[in-house]
Amino acid sequence: MRGFPTLSRIMFLGFVRDRAAMFFTILFPLIFLIIMGGLFQSGGAPQSRLITIGAVPMIDLLPAQGRAEVDKVLQISRLDDAEQALTQVRNGDAAAAVQQRGDQVVMHFSAADTTSSGIVRSVMEGIIQAANLATTGQPPRFSLTLNQVENKALPQIQYLTPGILGWAIATGATFTAASTLVLWREKRILRRLTLTPVRFPAVTGARVLVSLGIALAQTVIFLAVAVGFFGLKLASHWWTSIPLILAGTLAFLAIGLLAGAKAKSVETANAVSNLIVIPMAFLSGSFFPLSMAPQWLQNVAEVFPLRHLNTGMLDSLARGLDPAAILPELGILLGFAAVITTLAVWLFRWNDI
Amino acid sequence: MQEPHEPADRAIVVKDVRKRYGDTHAVDGVSLEVETGEFFGILGPNGAGKTTTLEMIEGLREPDSGEIRVLGLSPWPRNPRLLPRFGVQMQVSSFFERLTAREQLRAFASLYGVPQTVADELLERFGLTEKAGNRVEQLSGGQAQRLSIACALVHDPDIVFLDEPTAGLDPQARRNLWDVLRDINGQGKTVVLTTHFLDEAEILCDRVAIMDRGRILESGPPAELVRGLGSATRIAVRAGTLPVEEAAGLFPDAEVGEDEVSLTIATKDPSGVLSVLAGKNALTGLSVRGATLEDVFLELTGREYRA
Repeated sequence: MRGFPTLSRIMFLGFVRDRAAMFFTILFPLIFLIIMGGLFQSGGAPQSRLITIGAVPMIDLLPAQGRAEVDKVLQISRLDDAEQALTQVRNGDAAAAVQQRGDQVVMHFSAADTTSSGIVRSVMEGIIQAANLATTGQPPRFSLTLNQVENKALPQIQYLTPGILGWAIATGATFTAASTLVLWREKRILRRLTLTPVRFPAVTGARVLVSLGIALAQTVIFLAVAVGFFGLKLASHWWTSIPLILAGTLAFLAIGLLAGAKAKSVETANAVSNLIVIPMAFLSGSFFPLSMAPQWLQNVAEVFPLRHLNTGMLDSLARGLDPAAILPELGILLGFAAVITTLAVWLFRWNDI
Repeated sequence: MQEPHEPADRAIVVKDVRKRYGDTHAVDGVSLEVETGEFFGILGPNGAGKTTTLEMIEGLREPDSGEIRVLGLSPWPRNPRLLPRFGVQMQVSSFFERLTAREQLRAFASLYGVPQTVADELLERFGLTEKAGNRVEQLSGGQAQRLSIACALVHDPDIVFLDEPTAGLDPQARRNLWDVLRDINGQGKTVVLTTHFLDEAEILCDRVAIMDRGRILESGPPAELVRGLGSATRIAVRAGTLPVEEAAGLFPDAEVGEDEVSLTIATKDPSGVLSVLAGKNALTGLSVRGATLEDVFLELTGREYRA
């Protein structure tokens, strides 16, 4: 295809020399990853603070192993002034305050933070039940063993990386497609090219090649940072996310082309792209899991290719599902790309070339 | 396929071509011929239909009716055999973004399958070697136009189309570019130029076609068009050099007028008038102005020329 290598080179140079494009496709998503990765790195809910008013033998006399377990959940400190302790609970500085009068343990809590006080309450009840059982001298008959379904070493980063990477790829592909084709149409470069021996498929082919390259570069950089700094563990079939990423990139290029089809300037095309990409990123669970959202919203999210890319990458990168598990998402992404490209080509202002 | 026979000395033949957009007749029956090696100008105010005519000749737009032959071939639909034989410089400098001048020219060279060395030679010839490493966005108006013309020449075409090459340039850069254009034509290339500057057409072109409202009003060598008007030469001297009444008496066939600045004598016998004035030693502040294409335009359309 004549001109294909030259046009690819032109588009590649145009991209790497565009500081804004580099920032928004690579650095900005990385910053997101670092902030959110840092936020969740501590993992789980923060410790709740518990004040003991005076001596509370029930807690003070816990065996060392038991105390260690409690300390994982509660941060316990002693305060002898009851009034001051209650004020702290009222202000929300402490989850609860406990005092012991003989065999009676009294827990003071605020209705304002039921989650923290609930944690304290269940811990205290556990301690008291254990103490009651101990006084009977009987061995416990029933026991509960807790087992997390994911690998225990799996931190939040495992869920965060695919989502933010998906958003970064969507941004990159959508905006580069819109900017090249719209800019080249408005600057009459496309018209100039029709007067050279170069044919139009060489132009779109070069755009697709360069965008796929950008998406793969984003993937490499993202996974390197996530593995190197945040302890991301790649599942054994992680490579199955590569065809997903390539198919997703095609779908996002099509969205960019659609955004630029009617736009009269690059600025308008970018604004339209933003209007599509940002809601799509939120509704596709790029930043937070969609499982909390109401069912109808989850159904709406199915219309976005990013939703399918995220789901597929989560299966492939984090859950380590079989290669075959990604096939439905791959098919959906390719279908999206085909339908949206057809629509964009139909709407594109070819006459203004 | 047999091509219709065309005389070898006709680079471009346009016969009764029409193009309309909605209710607007952008081009309304244009016919013209450009000879091989000729410097041909299409002249007219903005909106006259120059660019549309040029775009149909280049094969960018399909004429509604009429016939066009470029080097004996039809430019529409897109003709891959014709494309390498002409070069086009666009009205808006359409450069690839964020490339340097050298990269830009080399890109066009490789799109046409021409060696990169040709691009470097052209940079040299167009005085752009110093700016070769600068991004196209950083070039001045004149440099950008020169680079844009270099891009149109990179594949050594037979015909070069230039659409308003000097628009937006300062006088110095315009003159500079005129030298470049004359040089291109001097190398035997056929040059077709659109412009709304009458002086430019008069200085550069072997022949011009004057266009207005989608039609060609007149065409021919600029000097012939001006002469054909038979209009008077305007001789002016400083006001007060000679009383108006005396001048009117001396030159009964001429039109004599005076304002605060100068005494103007419009005559068809400029040498006679000048020798009489010289004999009277009344040549202070002398200026002589012949008719220009501007007068031709005024004569043809009955209105002042406004670019």
